[in-house]
Amino acid sequence: MNLTLKIWRQKNASDKGSMVDYKVSDISPDMSFLEMLDVLNEQLINKDEEPVAFDHDCREGICGMCSLYINGEAHGPDRGVTTCQLHMRMFKDGDTITIEPFRATAFPVVKDLIVDRSSFDRIQHAGGFISVNTSGNTIDANATPINKEDADDAFSAATCIGCGACVASCKNSSAMLFVGAKVSQFALLPQGKIEATDRVLNMVKQMDDEGFGNCTNTGACEVECPKGISLENIARMNREYLGASLKG
Amino acid sequence: MALDSKIPQGPIKDKWTDYKNHIDLVNPANKRNIDVIIVGTGLAGGSAAATLAELGYNVKAFCFQDSPRRAHSIAAQGGINAAKNYQGDGDSTYRLFYDTVKGGDYRSREANVYRLAEVSANIIDQCVAQGVPFAREYGGLLDNRSFGGVLVSRTFYAAGQTGQQLLLGAYSAMNRQIGRGKIKMYNRHEMLDVVKVDGKARGIITRNLITGEVERHSAHAVVLGTGGYGNVFFLSTNAMGSNVTAGWKAHKKGAYFANPCYTQIHPTCIPVSGDHQSKLTLMSESLRNDGRIWVPKHMKDVEAIKSGALKPRELAEDDRDYYLERRYPAFGNLVPRDVASRAAKERCDAGFGVNATGEAVFLDFASAIQRYGKETAHVKGLDENDAALVKKLGQEVIKNKYGNLFQMYEKIVDQDPYNTPMMIYPAVHYTMGGVWVDYNLMTTVPGLYCIGEANFSDHGANRLGASALMQGLADGYFVLPYTIGDYLSHDIRTGPISTDSKEFEEAENDVRKQLEFFVTNKGSHSVDYFHKKLGKIMWNKVGMSRNVKGLTEAIAEIKALREEFWKEVKVPGTNEEYNEELAKAGRVADFLELGELFAKDALNREESCGGHFREDAVELDGEQKGEAKRNDEDFAYVSAWEYKGEPSDAVLHKEELEFKDIELKQRSYK
Repeated sequence: MNLTLKIWRQKNASDKGSMVDYKVSDISPDMSFLEMLDVLNEQLINKDEEPVAFDHDCREGICGMCSLYINGEAHGPDRGVTTCQLHMRMFKDGDTITIEPFRATAFPVVKDLIVDRSSFDRIQHAGGFISVNTSGNTIDANATPINKEDADDAFSAATCIGCGACVASCKNSSAMLFVGAKVSQFALLPQGKIEATDRVLNMVKQMDDEGFGNCTNTGACEVECPKGISLENIARMNREYLGASLKG
Repeated sequence: MALDSKIPQGPIKDKWTDYKNHIDLVNPANKRNIDVIIVGTGLAGGSAAATLAELGYNVKAFCFQDSPRRAHSIAAQGGINAAKNYQGDGDSTYRLFYDTVKGGDYRSREANVYRLAEVSANIIDQCVAQGVPFAREYGGLLDNRSFGGVLVSRTFYAAGQTGQQLLLGAYSAMNRQIGRGKIKMYNRHEMLDVVKVDGKARGIITRNLITGEVERHSAHAVVLGTGGYGNVFFLSTNAMGSNVTAGWKAHKKGAYFANPCYTQIHPTCIPVSGDHQSKLTLMSESLRNDGRIWVPKHMKDVEAIKSGALKPRELAEDDRDYYLERRYPAFGNLVPRDVASRAAKERCDAGFGVNATGEAVFLDFASAIQRYGKETAHVKGLDENDAALVKKLGQEVIKNKYGNLFQMYEKIVDQDPYNTPMMIYPAVHYTMGGVWVDYNLMTTVPGLYCIGEANFSDHGANRLGASALMQGLADGYFVLPYTIGDYLSHDIRTGPISTDSKEFEEAENDVRKQLEFFVTNKGSHSVDYFHKKLGKIMWNKVGMSRNVKGLTEAIAEIKALREEFWKEVKVPGTNEEYNEELAKAGRVADFLELGELFAKDALNREESCGGHFREDAVELDGEQKGEAKRNDEDFAYVSAWEYKGEPSDAVLHKEELEFKDIELKQRSYK
């Protein structure tokens, strides 16, 4: 396949940035999208030009490091995958592909396609944990049975990889799906109930402080989420938040 | 320096308890004046950081990714072992200890492994308390599955994402301490050297990957939890950024490097599809609970399948060779990884590989889908003879257990594994070798610790499935916090460590010199060019099957490649910016040295054990004909290499392994 790529280039956080056109040829449909970018970068290095910077690490869809807004969609046109799992068979010979960073006020661009998602970490610092010490001196793991349905739902919420696709896809740059997933994981488990009130209040406050927008129930986040995190998590967080606010 | 493993005296079951009862402790007020650096935030580093911070030490944690949650432990799929015996199937601390030592082909240290088995059960308690959502049965209790090389079900799991859930547990424990200000987290920082002052590890030099700034960080002790070095093969299941640099820099500062040749080639990975490939993807060993591995019995069927004339599921049962079940009836598809990998290679080398490259075997779920489908139909009172219904129900069960793995497979290969068998082939996955540590997890440099996959200690020559997560968390949550306290108790009067010493200055200058070299050397080839070449040498000559000729050639070729690298490597851009090529150059420079030591170690070890298979060490006759042949008389030792300049000059130190509680036997899975 031969392709034209329109890629966002931006030297650093203070640079204005612009789209730049590149051509790549002989792309195999079996390549992943990032392997296609590897080909481009090898080409640029050989021409003494600067390679395109993008985040990536595990390349199997679990670390959440890769991002990219491809042809107007977070993680590109396929469903249920991260960019590193997107394969070139989703594209056709002669296509023009637009590649931009995940854009949001709370995700400033670091360089080219790399953004700073440390706002997500700070939300977790505010309450994304259960306050038990790590000495192992706790009750036996089977002392508290948890019904399978709740455990499965908690697990589904916990599969969030923290990539930020939900924020990038939202017209309001809202992080409600991300925060809702963490709040839900703990809200569904008996271990998490004890600190539920403080957790949801603190995490939502931090989310607002970071400059993420509000949720207007458009649902784009759920569609683009590579892990299929459900909107129900936002509803659950809203219930938790309301309950917590009433308690004060 | 003579190696002292510092194994406590006394019966094996009392060693750890006695040890803990007699170590020196640091009082809470003094802990506040002690700094600890932790490099790497995977299961080992992350859990250590959280625990040490909670105990009261000032922790500085470093990772090269943009968040601690991205560490490659996140990609572990199948599960974590623990001797809980919840299934009542005969498990115990001793049995986990025994299985691990046997699985490691009797090349691990008994006392360490026993301690690992001893603390394993507590890990599960700890993780559940943290809100880790393990899989549960309908009664609300925790579920288990089986893994290779054992006869009990002791593996706890969270679908095919156990590593993710455990890492997020450790990450949440870290977050709590970051929020309290007890951990200072440095994301996107790469450690480029260890600093020794008066013979002790007192700090590190890092590079900020965003700004290029070279920084000095001091502490009373330094802990490396920096993972394995499988990427020396270029293609592996490791993340793209996984590297040996921290361990290698430690090695150059005096830490011995142990058993570099012990590499785990995992049997069930998605086969290589072409030269563009940047990494390989694992399909969890847990799939061998339900998947059966086979190739056709007859060459004509192999050809027909390759050409597309015959669909794999159309081949009659009698014409299939379930070669693991045939060769190893006792363990069948659940033999340990090294055994399964060699068996796949044997079939493919004989021409029975089922894909275009001839390097793939089938992993088939058809019979499991049938079995589960019938069972579910029976439970629900539905018609067990309705084939379509049974298939649908069976697929649902399989999806529930392995859904994410099947989806990964489908996205990569573009085939539906519910309806056609998966194609798999072995790939580099884990390194049992690593920085040598004593019972305290301290390296040969005082104050420098090494935990998790980065050290060598617990898995001998082959790691059993679901034991890496167990070791990472055991080291970080439950072992290091005691052992490092004993060391730090002698540092309560030291006061803060200054970074204004000549040792810090020298280390920083060395780091700067190398960075400067890379960005000014106008060579003709990219970093990847050299990395791929190194990977090919390693895979072809230091891979699944090794011989004297190949290893000797590999040593010479890697040396020549390293020389070419230092002349011809090309790194675009500058040091003062985000520059991934520059980061990669430093990592590949270290791989080019490690690779040679790796081959040298493999050449020295004239026996076959675990993942290290020498063609000149096989059983020639009897029931075990063709199987690996260990040599306990001459090689029951840990090879610990001391750095002396070039890898070829490295000096071998031997830690003799004593087996007092387990009888040395040939490992048989027949």
